[in-house]
Amino acid sequence: MEKAKLILDSKRFALTIDRLSYELVENHGDFSHSCIIGIQDGGVILMDKILKALNEKSNISNILNGKLDITFYRDDFRKSSHPIKASSTEMDFLVEGRRVILVDDVLYTGRTILAAMTALLDFGRPASIELLTLIDRRFNRHIPIQADYLGMAIDTMDHSYVKVEWDSKGNSDCVRMLKEKKN
Amino acid sequence: MSQGLSTKHLLGIKYITLDDINLIFDTAREFKEVINRPIKKVPSLRDITIANLFFENSTRTRISFELAEKRLSADIVNFSASSSSLSKGETLLDTVNNILSMKVDMVVMRHPAPGAHFFLANHIDANIINAGDGTHEHPTQALLDAYSMQEKLGNLTGKKIAIIGDIFHSRVALSNIFCLKELGAEVTVCGPPTLIPKYITELGVKVEYNLHKALQWCDVANILRIQLERQDIKYIPSLREYALYYGVNKALLDSLDKEIIIMHPGPINRGVELSSDAADSHHSIILDQVENGVAVRMAVLYLLAGKRN
Repeated sequence: MEKAKLILDSKRFALTIDRLSYELVENHGDFSHSCIIGIQDGGVILMDKILKALNEKSNISNILNGKLDITFYRDDFRKSSHPIKASSTEMDFLVEGRRVILVDDVLYTGRTILAAMTALLDFGRPASIELLTLIDRRFNRHIPIQADYLGMAIDTMDHSYVKVEWDSKGNSDCVRMLKEKKN
Repeated sequence: MSQGLSTKHLLGIKYITLDDINLIFDTAREFKEVINRPIKKVPSLRDITIANLFFENSTRTRISFELAEKRLSADIVNFSASSSSLSKGETLLDTVNNILSMKVDMVVMRHPAPGAHFFLANHIDANIINAGDGTHEHPTQALLDAYSMQEKLGNLTGKKIAIIGDIFHSRVALSNIFCLKELGAEVTVCGPPTLIPKYITELGVKVEYNLHKALQWCDVANILRIQLERQDIKYIPSLREYALYYGVNKALLDSLDKEIIIMHPGPINRGVELSSDAADSHHSIILDQVENGVAVRMAVLYLLAGKRN
């Protein structure tokens, strides 16, 4: 059995979440003109952790937030092994004029973020869009997209697979790298 | 993890699985969110061309399919038999092959001959969607009916559904029976004996000739249209007599003293199978059916397009 390499342990994981939340506060203040949008599925879990950290560490709550599913916007529909089944989109507000922070767990080719930005424009014209990701696989990009807030940059081969392991209680989240994706 | 539908065509409910139905419903739920956005459009099918071939008249099914296709960014061509070369004697296969030569990927077809879609599916490469074939099946109507019921009642297992009216000529009835049985519902058909097929019980449904008893029994009454255009011999003495014995009206619903959901696939013959006061009452979810129709058809088109390489 292949051994997965631990690249972010739970302690550093928690520190990274806290740091990312502070970086957001530096740029967005009380978030009165901002909103945070998580990309289904990993981005939404990460967003929830960031929102929790913002509440606990910086005492900022009631931040406008939404969940965005990009299944219907993918450019590889019919071309890949991606599941065709959609997750839910929960956006009960318009992003018109707002500073949007898009959240995803792993930035890889950049195509998911491109699709997310296309989807986002269906909810209005935002003042700006920023990107927050936990992991940046920086040498695997297909599209010129970079993160504004970054947990950790890693160098990976194209065939390797980065797996974020979420713990429902939040005590043992971690990130591992496998040599290849297992189905 | 679902990898899509088990089939590349939607020829009838009989030919898809319970997993397919559930996947269509899960996807339709997300499309319903899409069609309630300020911008009601996604780019999923932007490289797909769809031909809508209607060899029989249709208003709402055709508009519903067209809207679904447009909301998915597909390119569409429309065809109706009344203004086509069919009147010059062209065969169905020639008509469709000519259209496919223009690089069409999917075909939505309504045709008066039961089984016309099977014939096409065996001869052409495009994905075929049955929008009604004679008195056989109308799968997307059954899917949107069951989806609308689920929205109101939750899981349909053990729920009691009455299908009332002209069962004999109705493709909606047959597709509804297949779909509801697959989802675990109990189904009773109700109508005058001349409009109930003799061996319908072999499909696992009950027959009830008394409208009041059927309504008393059911959670949902799906009321079907009397198909005036298919009554080439007299199955009922008169519309007035039909309305008297099988017409659903508000007074009748009030006399039941229970919650009941009233559905109708449209177009309604108001005052015949369903009175205006019942069709417009709080029991009715007829307009929900129409809205869900677009979402369900988007799901079917999207999922079938996913079967193309």
